[in-house]
Amino acid sequence: MRILVNGAWRETVAAELSTVLDELGYGEAVVTTAVNGEFVAAGVRPRTRLAEGDRVEVLAPMQGG
Amino acid sequence: MLQLYGTALRSRLLLGSARYPSPAVLTEAVRAARAEVVTVALRRESGGERAGQGFWSIIRELGVRVLPNTAGCHSVKEAVTTAHMAREVFGTPWIKLEVIGEDDTLQPDVFGLTEAAGILCAEGFEVFPYTTEDLVVAERLLAAGCRVLMPWGAPIGSGRGLNNLFGLTALRAHFPDVPLIIDAGIGVPSHAARALELGFDAVLINTAVAQARDPPRMAAAFAQAVEAGRAARLAGPIEPRDLATPSTPVIGTAFRG
Repeated sequence: MRILVNGAWRETVAAELSTVLDELGYGEAVVTTAVNGEFVAAGVRPRTRLAEGDRVEVLAPMQGG
Repeated sequence: MLQLYGTALRSRLLLGSARYPSPAVLTEAVRAARAEVVTVALRRESGGERAGQGFWSIIRELGVRVLPNTAGCHSVKEAVTTAHMAREVFGTPWIKLEVIGEDDTLQPDVFGLTEAAGILCAEGFEVFPYTTEDLVVAERLLAAGCRVLMPWGAPIGSGRGLNNLFGLTALRAHFPDVPLIIDAGIGVPSHAARALELGFDAVLINTAVAQARDPPRMAAAFAQAVEAGRAARLAGPIEPRDLATPSTPVIGTAFRG
């Protein structure tokens, strides 16, 4: 299945958002996620099933003004 | 002391964390500014590089309170989702709400701003809206639940200072009890001092410090300016006059009469 992660297409066999994050190497990193523009809290990631073409955002703290 | 949503702060200088030449300079600047609040943002994180993790550990080591922003958001939906994500990562209900309406000036979309503010305040966020000096918009933001306003001085990063003194003075006079923080456009410490002299409660500075030749030294200069401006406000500045008045008493002047 192909999904869009932070604007780049990725091929994944994982169905759940938490597994996809592990596959992509986020591990224990402090990140926050959204799927198709909707916030997905950390606790909900294991039961958030992804579908072909889903848009996933993975964000982390960054410099800001 | 400055009170923002029930949090008492000694420093009236809030500092942005972007555009510094290095993380070490950012750290030095925050310390030199004696800032207690630092703004932060969210950006896409790569699982390989994890650039955000190092930044976050630097901020945590500084021991400051963070004010996450929704910079770069152009719609209510984007801003509200970003606020939700920021609350999870940063663990604070504070959010500096930006909904940008125009790319050349980065002027706030005040219609989207008031709508997003209403949604977020209802959800328990403590919203710091980046707004203009418009009185009607300010009224709407307060009605939406905001208890702090952040009017711009000038467009973000422009360094032009307080562009609309009349409008900002009117805003201050109209809302004497609302904490007002000048956000954006301040270029040099004298601009910040002026803001505090006019009765604004605090200033948020980023580019003017981060892009200075010596950011920590400029941060210290801003800290002094903010303290001076606040002290002057409390001391009660004189009103400007059109004609001279002698400061030395004229009674008893020699060689007269």
